[in-house]
Amino acid sequence: MSCSLKNGSELPALKFNKKPTEMGRREFMRSGAALATITLAPGVTLMAFGGKAEANANPATRWGLLVDTNKCTPDCDACVTACSTENGWKDTGHPETDAQWIRKVDLVDLATGRETSLPVMCQHCENPPCVDVCPTGASFKRADGIVLVDKHICIGCRYCMMACPYKARSFVHEPLTGQKSYAPRGIGTVESCTLCVHRVDSGRIPACVEACDAIGHRALIFGDMNDPESDIAKRLLAYPSLALRDDLGLNPGVRYTSL
Amino acid sequence: MKAFLTVLILLMGLGFPPALSQTLGPVVPKATGNPHPEGNLFMRINHSKLLLQDRNLTVRLGDRNIGASLKACVACHTSTDKNGQPIPINADKQFCSVCHEYVSAKIDCFQCHATVPEKKTEAFLIPKTSDSNALAAYLKETSE
Amino acid sequence: MQRTIYREIKLTPQIIQLAVLLVVFILAAGGAELYIEEYGHIVTGMTNQIVWGLPHVFAIFLIVAASGALNVASIASVFGKSPYKPLARLSGLLALALLAGGLAVLVLDLGRPDRLIVAMTKYNFVSIFAWNIYLYTGFFAVVGIYLYVQMERGISPSVVKVVGTAAFLWRLALTTGTGSIFGWLVARDAYNSAIMAPLFIVMSFAFGLAVFILVVKSICGLTGRAFGARLLHRLGRLLGIFVAGVLFFVAVQHLTNLYSAQRIGVERFILLSGGIYTQLFWFGQVLIGGIIPLVLVYHPTGGAKPASILTASALVIIGGFAQLYVLIVGGQAYPLDIFPGFAASSSFFDGQINTYTPSLPEILLGLGGVALALALTGFGMKILRILPTTLSDVNVDPLNNSGKGA
Ligand code: HEC
Ligand code: HEC
Ligand code: HEC
Repeated sequence: MSCSLKNGSELPALKFNKKPTEMGRREFMRSGAALATITLAPGVTLMAFGGKAEANANPATRWGLLVDTNKCTPDCDACVTACSTENGWKDTGHPETDAQWIRKVDLVDLATGRETSLPVMCQHCENPPCVDVCPTGASFKRADGIVLVDKHICIGCRYCMMACPYKARSFVHEPLTGQKSYAPRGIGTVESCTLCVHRVDSGRIPACVEACDAIGHRALIFGDMNDPESDIAKRLLAYPSLALRDDLGLNPGVRYTSL
Repeated sequence: MKAFLTVLILLMGLGFPPALSQTLGPVVPKATGNPHPEGNLFMRINHSKLLLQDRNLTVRLGDRNIGASLKACVACHTSTDKNGQPIPINADKQFCSVCHEYVSAKIDCFQCHATVPEKKTEAFLIPKTSDSNALAAYLKETSE
Repeated sequence: MQRTIYREIKLTPQIIQLAVLLVVFILAAGGAELYIEEYGHIVTGMTNQIVWGLPHVFAIFLIVAASGALNVASIASVFGKSPYKPLARLSGLLALALLAGGLAVLVLDLGRPDRLIVAMTKYNFVSIFAWNIYLYTGFFAVVGIYLYVQMERGISPSVVKVVGTAAFLWRLALTTGTGSIFGWLVARDAYNSAIMAPLFIVMSFAFGLAVFILVVKSICGLTGRAFGARLLHRLGRLLGIFVAGVLFFVAVQHLTNLYSAQRIGVERFILLSGGIYTQLFWFGQVLIGGIIPLVLVYHPTGGAKPASILTASALVIIGGFAQLYVLIVGGQAYPLDIFPGFAASSSFFDGQINTYTPSLPEILLGLGGVALALALTGFGMKILRILPTTLSDVNVDPLNNSGKGA
């Protein structure tokens, strides 16, 4: 393995002439799994960490969130704080441009005067308008119903923000530093609640739900709406619930009771 | 094991005498943890393709166990300063910038991605194999 | 009467001064864009509430005007009105230039203009926005060919007519697409409506023609080429029809919305209580952009005067900007009603009227788009035989000396 850099114009690696043949295979290079031996080219055997892709986004699942507005109190924003800490978005003193993945909305019923308080975040629609309008396909819905932005191909046109009925999306207006390694965020792209996809993929629950449980409100229930045995599915069956802007027929994955 | 690593680092460094490396090529900071079984050369050529391909697995399919994970690159490849604090991996002369500066390639990854490892990710740094035969075979292969 | 002869324009000191001015504006826009890219959209007036602002007003105006500018050519070769024939080349060139200017603004305002290549390679075919990318590139191609067949010797008029018809249909599709960017926003009461497509088409007729009239008249003035008063009058009356059309569609748009209880809120806002938006609507869009131009061009005595028609054209352009500002910014200023029947409040401006103040970089970016469009038009006329040596009435329309038609 001699790599000359004599002319100084190109990196040694570029002179490598044994083209690996298995490049297209996703299971080709996996660190963390068992050590395996694979053949790159006839006569050239290298070890690679092998294994199959583990798609955690399962099409049989539909992740959802149930908000019991009766249990949600106006002065509590534990879910908001938890989300902000988990995902690293924060108040920078520019309220109009700061991102808010989840917010507490206080409501007063115009007819009766009854006050309600509830969190609003991406509603993870089954038919998400943001996904329909996105020109590059950066807005997408995972097989398990989580609506995400693929920030790698988001061009920052903000059409999805125009299309979202819930004002759930934010645009990153400034350069950022100090992001969380599991929640990359960056200038010029659109972002929103990911239902803490990085946690969900490793079998945990979203940060907001965890925080709400931790202070004992238990107003947020997370689970697989398609699994009849899940807490969320049972409650949805037992109690009336509604979706925000039901008239639009988007069938959101976030539902509210006692609104 | 440690010996092997040292040899590996020496042999694979940048493949030319260290004396020359100061003047001729980028000095790539040392990494922690296991080296790549595919070899440094392979990584030099293919890391961009691997990263660009594997990121879709995570983002689109939710596969959290990808080979070319940027989080993992950062975990193994950040250097620490005198006080043991991690230096951002994209800082001047650091791992993800030395070569790119050298070939004037630009990457935007670190506008979003964390440049220092999360505290919890030390798992990456623990060598995962003690299969010294395999490594020896590998070494022989790559040092030909 | 002479045969129509097309000639490149000559560089007079005046034209060079104008060119320098345009280049200054283009450079300023370039600087503004670098500034925005470096510091982020925080240096613009746009926010998470008003996500599309002044750059979009400029971009949409230019794109809409682009398809409208093609009308003169369409009338000439598709509908066979010979007086417009000598203007057809300029009409095509201006259309291309305006579209380029508009797209430049749109692209430079992206959060990641560096990822333009992504926008060109990854398409979501459900998105009307993605479709528009095809409509725009197709427009360049079709109008480019149209220009070519007009300018190339020995191409039969029937070919020109076929290509002209294709270009005409394409431009209708393009404006439909642009209108649908708004019309298909189901979530927003200010936009969601099928009328957006025809409204944008008739807007394009009016804005495009107004820009065309000003451009052709100025360039003829600058290059000392004759421009017949009757031809101008004819264009002016055509503009009048389009302006009336815009007013009609705007009236239908608002009356329809007023009928729907759900939309009363946003309608009240735009028409009555919206402050700057209400003023822009009534004074900018309706009065300056609609009624005054109509009076100017149809006035029994003053209507034939070139000054009236030029003023009317300028006012239509001003009114057009006002209209798009009201539509784009005003439509977002009114809050989304996520909880009908409730008064909502939050730290994220739920239930509040949103404010927007355009910043200097945005203004420069928008003006740069206009400057780019004009500069490209001028450049095109400099290197190609676009403009006839004379557009005097005798030349253009020898048979019809009574001044009727259009
Ligand atoms: C388990 C720890 C570990 C992980 C994870 C890891 N590396 Fe490495 N990498 C190493 C070691 C050890 C070496 C070889 C040691 C040396 O030569 O400095 C190395 C070498 C390299 C080289 C060759 C450097 C040279 O000197 O030519 C490149 C390029 C590279 N890694 C890129 C990456 C990229 C990109 C990622 C993320 C996809 C990554 N590595 C992830 C440990 C790791
Ligand atoms: C605009 C922000 C942004 C930029 C720029 C960006 N990413 Fe990402 N990246 C993300 C987000 C968001 C995720 C999803 C994280 C998750 O779900 O855990 C991600 C995930 C990934 C992953 C999988 C997670 C991991 O760390 O293993 C890889 C690999 C990756 N990106 C590589 C890249 C590379 C290489 C670049 C530069 C060419 C890049 N990204 C640029 C936002 C960005
Ligand atoms: C040994 C030198 C070297 C090191 C270390 C290195 N790179 Fe690279 N990288 C290159 C070269 C050379 C290219 C350009 C050729 C190519 O695309 O492979 C490149 C290209 C890339 C590209 C594609 C850029 C583009 O626009 O196509 C990405 C992404 C990338 N590197 C990411 C990384 C990351 C992340 C790290 C740190 C973990 C890293 N690289 C470390 C040498 C290196």
